[in-house]
Amino acid sequence: MNNEDKDILFNILNEEIDDNSVHNIRKNGKTISRNDSDEIKIISKKDKQGIEIFVKSSVKNQTIQVPVLLTTEGFNDTVYNDYNIEANAEVTIVAGCAIHNDCEITSIHSGVHKFNIGKNAKVRYIEKHYGCGQVDSNKVINTDTIINLSESSSLTIETVQISGVDKSLRNTVAVLEMNSVLEISEKLMTASNDEVISNYKIDLKGMNSKVNLISRSIAKSNSSQNFVSELVGNNKSFGHIECDAIIMDNAKVSSTPKIVAKNVEAELTHEAAIGKISGEQILKLETLGLTKEEAEAEIIKGFMK
Amino acid sequence: MLELKDICYKIDNKDILKDINIVIKSHEFVLITGPNGSGKSTLVKIIMGLIKPTSGKVLLDGVDITDKRVYERARLGITFTFQTPVIFKGLTVRDLLCISRDYYYDDYVGRELLKKVGLCAQEYLDREVNNSLSGGELKRIELACALGKQGKYMLFDEPEAGIDLWSFEDLTNIFKDVKKSKCSGLVVISHQEKLFNIADKIIVLENGSIIEFGNKNKINKYLKNSKCEKCMRDNNE
Repeated sequence: MNNEDKDILFNILNEEIDDNSVHNIRKNGKTISRNDSDEIKIISKKDKQGIEIFVKSSVKNQTIQVPVLLTTEGFNDTVYNDYNIEANAEVTIVAGCAIHNDCEITSIHSGVHKFNIGKNAKVRYIEKHYGCGQVDSNKVINTDTIINLSESSSLTIETVQISGVDKSLRNTVAVLEMNSVLEISEKLMTASNDEVISNYKIDLKGMNSKVNLISRSIAKSNSSQNFVSELVGNNKSFGHIECDAIIMDNAKVSSTPKIVAKNVEAELTHEAAIGKISGEQILKLETLGLTKEEAEAEIIKGFMK
Repeated sequence: MLELKDICYKIDNKDILKDINIVIKSHEFVLITGPNGSGKSTLVKIIMGLIKPTSGKVLLDGVDITDKRVYERARLGITFTFQTPVIFKGLTVRDLLCISRDYYYDDYVGRELLKKVGLCAQEYLDREVNNSLSGGELKRIELACALGKQGKYMLFDEPEAGIDLWSFEDLTNIFKDVKKSKCSGLVVISHQEKLFNIADKIIVLENGSIIEFGNKNKINKYLKNSKCEKCMRDNNE
């Protein structure tokens, strides 16, 4: 890994990789660094690209880093990562993908992530997508995230795609068993001609299962965003979807939150709001000494925090 | 010194403000009152630059700031609190205080500012300034930002509006403290008699014109006989 790779990695992990930490770094289709432990095993898949991660019950408050780098121009990489978390384990997974591409040929990363989360386990999954390079419209990151939450388990997902990814199709499917909790916070920012489609399908299967999905996005320039979510309450359950977007310039934003109740005890709500930055907000910050541009930058920074 | 010279403001040929001439000295507490629609809010918005006058000049320490933009006036030391506080999704109380302090900020400063307006820092610094906060809480945060700015002149558009359970005494004490500290001049739109008592000067506006300008004793006779008296009574009840 060269210094440039380290800089790009830092953008998605917000910290440097410690050689002793549990990690798997994938670069241009190959694992370039791996470290696992007795409690957390990382094994390469035999039939396809990707890894299987096994987290034992005894794991408490540990972190696994699994970043992916694409620096070969025009590289097309599909990776299948399975996270198998045993009952009662508590773990944080820091993942993400960074693409550096300076040429006209498109680089594509497709990540298929499966989460099998055991009874009472607690998982926090932090994912950041980032693109950089001289040319627009050539960096694509697609994700399929499949989640199975066992009884009384919880998963918190913090997913961020803030800059440089030109096209993205994000599909998330989750099934929640009894008393399980899924919290999702999605932050998206698109500019120039970027396109993002984000689809969620969540099945509140078990009694007292709970999901809270919050998506905040900013669409600038000529970019477009399409957010589609479907929440199905198959049992006594609670679900809330909130989709909030700031639209600027000539961007387009579409939000389709769908809630389906199949049980009289299912409590499902959705909120969707799309709008420009309000003039009042800018004026307020101007009265505190910021220019219009500085005020907009602060509002956007806060909104995406 | 803040001076308004021959300020006029018209909309569709209708006079909203007519020939306003005021001088507000540094560290002076000037209260503006008058019936609804008399032009009070327009006047303070003209001082802040939120509204451009049809004619006339605004001078700060002898410098003509009539064409200066809002942020330029803020940087020169004028700050303004809105009658209805603005909400932000994502920005926290800490963020706003930090901006108000021109980024010279640490949580000690934040705690002190919130303490002055009767809020517990531990509970509020990380809170988003959104509609989960009550009107009274938002108002106090606005006040904390204004105090954080420590401008030459602080403009308040009906600071008592929207304060529900908060003792009005606290708000009065904040103005007393600012006045005592001689750090800033205060220009406050209000109908509250308690504030009349601590103001150095009171301006009474009616139909866009100043009909009285002086201390409370000077305008007492007017207040007793005018619509303002009723308006004060209504607000103080």
